[in-house]
Amino acid sequence: MKTLRSVFRFYVDGFREMTLGRTLWAIILIKLFVMFVILRLLFFPDLLAGKDPQERADYVLENLIPEN
Amino acid sequence: MITDYLSTVDWSRAQFAMTAIYHWLFVPLTLGLGVLVALMETLYVRTGDEFWRRTTKFWMRLFGVNFAIGVATGLILEFEFGTNWSNYSHFVGDIFGAPLAIEGIFAFFLEATFVAVMFFGWNKVSRGFHLTATWLTAIGANLSAWWILVANAWMQHPVGCDFNLETVRNEMTSFSEVALSPVAVNKFFHTVTSSFTLAALFVVGVSAWYLLRGREKRMASKSIALASVFGFVFALATAYTGDRSGAIAAQTQPMKLAAMEALYDGGEGAPLTVVGVLRPEAERSSNDDAFHFRIDIPKLLSVMSFRDAGAYVPGINDLLAGNAERGILSAEEKMRRGRAAIDELERYRTARNAGDTATMEAVSRLFDRSTPEGEAFLRDYFAYFGYGYIDRPEQLVPNVPLLFYSFRVMVGAGCFFILLLAVVWWLNRRDRLASKRWLLWVAVWTIPLAYLASQAGWIVAEVGRQPWAIQEMMPVGIAASKIPSGSVTTTFFLFLALFTALLIAELSILFRQIALGPKND
Repeated sequence: MKTLRSVFRFYVDGFREMTLGRTLWAIILIKLFVMFVILRLLFFPDLLAGKDPQERADYVLENLIPEN
Repeated sequence: MITDYLSTVDWSRAQFAMTAIYHWLFVPLTLGLGVLVALMETLYVRTGDEFWRRTTKFWMRLFGVNFAIGVATGLILEFEFGTNWSNYSHFVGDIFGAPLAIEGIFAFFLEATFVAVMFFGWNKVSRGFHLTATWLTAIGANLSAWWILVANAWMQHPVGCDFNLETVRNEMTSFSEVALSPVAVNKFFHTVTSSFTLAALFVVGVSAWYLLRGREKRMASKSIALASVFGFVFALATAYTGDRSGAIAAQTQPMKLAAMEALYDGGEGAPLTVVGVLRPEAERSSNDDAFHFRIDIPKLLSVMSFRDAGAYVPGINDLLAGNAERGILSAEEKMRRGRAAIDELERYRTARNAGDTATMEAVSRLFDRSTPEGEAFLRDYFAYFGYGYIDRPEQLVPNVPLLFYSFRVMVGAGCFFILLLAVVWWLNRRDRLASKRWLLWVAVWTIPLAYLASQAGWIVAEVGRQPWAIQEMMPVGIAASKIPSGSVTTTFFLFLALFTALLIAELSILFRQIALGPKND
């Protein structure tokens, strides 16, 4: 328990004492928000999501066989 | 519809290339600077000299900026596999996904855990523990690179897998063959050693800027002393692994090698072109009409490719038209065999839809390596599966000028780096570097050249593989998802904006931190 508390304090103090790190964390959080919320949700629909393994196999098989 | 799909493929390729190029602006400095910072901290721990602590903390700050801006940018590439390259993802996800998953679970977490100790732990943990955390961060970053490069190497040289007809997936049969293939091992060492060189040139260039400004002279001089030796050693290692890359390409991707050299007609004792100016595409058809002018080194291409001055190196024309004497199949023959393999896939689909179990079993036997007919079919037909999607043999030739010039930029710059690092080390050791202002400016401007060379290397690797997403197994046109080109175009410009903003943020913060210089505790 004491170890966990000291690890927790380590991180809290580390974040609190940051200077340049605050700017970098702001950039990281904005970047992750753009990537995971805006891009992932709005622009990256997974074409194979929601399909069971057989449906996925059928879907890809259709794409692998050229239309005559 | 077909026009739209072609456009989708082109936009998807452009988007992936752009994302990868931007991602690679951040990665090599992280790989190399992490190790340099760990070496500096090792000097601090061994000597107890506060100068090294201050120096380590300065370079660690620049490492932190690059790490923070660049972290997770590679995730966009992984998104794109699922969306723009869904056929590819399903077809080879069983193999390709494994190294990426290991990278995410093991290496990235090692890196992410210890980077906190590295930045927050000064004065809070022991010197030894802090040094361990710094080394583990650097090692974790490079282990991450290992798994990503294993995945990339598999696309260049697919090994250790079998195709499962029922699931329409290539499934891994040997993890060690995938993870330790000669292509993967050499690609890792070539990429990492070149990244170490880039980081060394970054440290030398920034230190040179301080010397030009007459600031931080001791830190600059000591940093140059360390980075120039480090960079020189790894620049030589890059040359060695680069030479190995050429020899491996000769075995596994002969078209890439022929295109890199603009070698149209193969021959024994093939020369290496040192410099040359290519004629326009329409005028190039043989070795005689490929160049406006060229300077060759006789027999060197044969030596570099097969370690034999008299060895035969096939040219583009041999690989397209075939060469029975040398046992090279023509592209037309490979395309015929590939179409025969696709026909079997179609026969299986038709039989399955009709409930014709006898035909399904017959086709299944062809894809079963343990049966005699399967062994022959997989070797003689399915091995050329990707060629079945090629319409014209000329589509098998990658962009020759882009490869030819990118390769020479990479190699020329690499040779220059070796020379520069040696000269800088020597003059710095003699305490004469600070007076050579022209050389200091050269060192500063070599930083962007190092990035250019690094990107040129990836262009050689990736453009040289075209038209394949997976060498000879799947061309990019089949790997791409059939999605509207409009959505790919939109995301292309979104990524361009995001990555450009990140790059501007990185450069502005880096320049500000360099201008501020090292801080006193």
